[in-house]
Amino acid sequence: MEKIVYDQLQEQLYYEKMPNGLDVYLLPKKAFNKTYAVFTTKYGSVDNQFVPRGKTEMKRVPDGIAHFLEHKLFEKEDGDVFHQFSKQGASANAFTSFTRTAYLFSSTSDVEKNVETLIDFVQSPYFSEQTVEKEKGIIGQEIRMYDDNPDWRLYFGVIESLYHHHPVKIDIAGTVESIADITKELLYECYETFYHPSNMLLFIVGPIDEQAMMEQIRRNQAKKTFPSPEPIQRYVYEEPKEVATPRRVIPMHVQTSKCLVGIKAKHVVSKGKEKLTHELAMNVLLDYLFGKSSSHYERLYQAGIIDETFAYDYTEEESFGFAIVGGDTSDPDRLSEELKQMILSFEPSALTAEALERVKKKKIGAFLRALNSPEYIANQFTRYAFHETSLFEVAKVLQSLTVDDVREVVDECFHESQLAVCQIVPKASM
Amino acid sequence: MIQEHVTTIQGVRVHLLPTDKYKTTTLVLKLKAPLAKETVTMRALLPYVWQSGTANYPTMKALRTYLDDLYGATLNVDLMKKGEHHVMTIRLDVANEKFLSEQMPLLHEAISLLSDIVLRPALENGRFFSQIVEQEKRALKQRIQSVYDDKMRYANLRLVEEMCQNEPYALHVHGRLEDIEAITPESLFAYYEKVLREDEIDLYVIGDIEEVHTLEMIRSHFSFPSRSAQTVSLVTTQPKTVIDVRQVVEKQDVKQGKLNIGYRTHITYEDDDYYALQQFNGIFGGFSHSKLFINVREKASLAYYAASRLESHKGLLMVMTGIEPTNYEKALHIIHEQMKAMKQGDFTDEEMAQTKAVIRNQLLETLDTPRGLVEVLYHNVISARKRPVEEWLAKIEDVSREAVIRVAEKVELDTIYFLTGMEGK
Repeated sequence: MEKIVYDQLQEQLYYEKMPNGLDVYLLPKKAFNKTYAVFTTKYGSVDNQFVPRGKTEMKRVPDGIAHFLEHKLFEKEDGDVFHQFSKQGASANAFTSFTRTAYLFSSTSDVEKNVETLIDFVQSPYFSEQTVEKEKGIIGQEIRMYDDNPDWRLYFGVIESLYHHHPVKIDIAGTVESIADITKELLYECYETFYHPSNMLLFIVGPIDEQAMMEQIRRNQAKKTFPSPEPIQRYVYEEPKEVATPRRVIPMHVQTSKCLVGIKAKHVVSKGKEKLTHELAMNVLLDYLFGKSSSHYERLYQAGIIDETFAYDYTEEESFGFAIVGGDTSDPDRLSEELKQMILSFEPSALTAEALERVKKKKIGAFLRALNSPEYIANQFTRYAFHETSLFEVAKVLQSLTVDDVREVVDECFHESQLAVCQIVPKASM
Repeated sequence: MIQEHVTTIQGVRVHLLPTDKYKTTTLVLKLKAPLAKETVTMRALLPYVWQSGTANYPTMKALRTYLDDLYGATLNVDLMKKGEHHVMTIRLDVANEKFLSEQMPLLHEAISLLSDIVLRPALENGRFFSQIVEQEKRALKQRIQSVYDDKMRYANLRLVEEMCQNEPYALHVHGRLEDIEAITPESLFAYYEKVLREDEIDLYVIGDIEEVHTLEMIRSHFSFPSRSAQTVSLVTTQPKTVIDVRQVVEKQDVKQGKLNIGYRTHITYEDDDYYALQQFNGIFGGFSHSKLFINVREKASLAYYAASRLESHKGLLMVMTGIEPTNYEKALHIIHEQMKAMKQGDFTDEEMAQTKAVIRNQLLETLDTPRGLVEVLYHNVISARKRPVEEWLAKIEDVSREAVIRVAEKVELDTIYFLTGMEGK
């Protein structure tokens, strides 16, 4: 077991790679009541074409299958795993993102049992025809719920506008039609390909005894057998750097209009410290341009064009990256024009060293605040580890970020052809 | 388990919660007054005007830039209904300087800033800046209107509106749209002065703090005008008996129907039966092992979510679920069956044990976040009943089957609200 100490942050992290390839990280936090554990596979909604384990041909699977599999993994021959967790006082959950599927629990008692339950249920799939069919009704309602949610429609509307081919444009849950094609055989095929320990990471944070817990995990893994690890072949989508649809308007029964501008990253650094730098540079840039202390924010807010829902965010994974800016607005056309103007007329020379320092300070404070949350640490650590970098490096990389790093991001992303606008407008006004 | 040291400084109750769990220090100021039609909209506006500028940093940009300089201190405000009380909350969270390479007196700056926000706002001619007030009136309108676009929130709100007609609780936390226009910088300022004199005020400080020094800083910055000795504005909810079950169906262009049901429990935070009510809610619909989730979602496959929650200070139990509009009767029937099962004591010892374990876990987890900790402790301020966390944990453990059945018998169906598609029922 390796011990990694972060002096400035006063954190100690323990790491071990199991013989089957599973990465395990433990972060003791003695003052907390809660232990939070998250078991994640590097498999998400974008993995819709791949070579199934033991096969040689690329295969396209139905949209929404990673998410469907996440739901179904909780069901076992003798009932629901949720049940088991709640008997042990834990609350369990799971989520599927574009690139990851995570299973988690948090609990303040019976932690050893809960860890055992978590690892075991994820590593013992049980799918039956009957329960697969039943799940289609439940997920169907989950999809309907999002259909009625204008913020979700807008978010996916803008992503869909940004991409021509990349499956990031497809809703994580799929559609009522696409999930109809899911079968238990397909679920097993996805499971066997992506749920190999060598494609997974377990992170546990809380008032734990790291020695005893690592030993427990070693023993748990030693009693199971897995086939030898194989590299996963995922389809590589050819994606033009220009956006697919520069402007899209979705009429809905809403009272308030909404508008988002999406910025498509042209080239994405796939891993390592360079990735962290790229991602943080974009975040710093967005903060500088659109943060509450920016002159743009003040002007738009005073003019009544934006309100407190105005937000911005950058999402970057291995094969795609996009920034999104906007929110509710009284005038969606004016907001799209203003935002596009701000982006396209931005001169990197306007970013002074002093302004950069202020944004960095703000980001460092935000990073410390995020470390109050065991959930944040576990989820983000996993994401960074999958990108071969570390969450605990964030403050250091932020500190060393230069005006040039930010300039590069501007040169790369701030072009008219890389912008897409999506609006939700009240149906009556169409 | 929790060290809470309470001191009263000039009519403000100061709660110090020293802990080294966090990398930041959190300040939470809560101001409480009765929920009333005449004041609800002013209260909904006031904290947003506060966070738009202080005498020292008179614009939003100036104030936000200063927050950035304080290593990205976060400032936010919100409003809550707690029974028939309306609570304004201001939170300021600042990094603990021991994790920074630069040594800056961040806690002192934060205390000083929080007091400026409330006591030394940006003024022109002895009243709030008209530009700020106008801007925040517009934002408030948008905030009220935005609820119509989020169907889950909308259905919750409509149920409360229908169910609590003629009770203050029916008021929206963000006030009344029709009252916004008439508010002026003068009228808001006059109301603000009344708030400083009459609201019940609590300040929480959570973090790795040195108590004596922290109190000194608070004493030197929080100079409230002479306040009437802490007015304990305890509003008691009048017992209301259900005469007829109301059924309300509303049609909109939605794909998913929202079925929300309100019950009166006739039990609030102050009652001895409160723990049994928590246990009742846990077995009935509070968790993913509860009857609603198992029967509406897992067995009948009708919904993605099916849950219940309590309004502890008002004594209401609310069920919510999202279903296919054509499944209304089926879902309603299943929900009624679960309630009947509760009343008949049709639940197992295993369900009892499981629910206790999960409630205990949930409470302990809530105490792990600064925000959750304050919310748990603030129940004691809202209610005349003080419940230390240790008592909470012990009393939940003691709840018997009989107590849960006794509570179930008190629970009375009041209103069924259904938001459905244009072609629905």
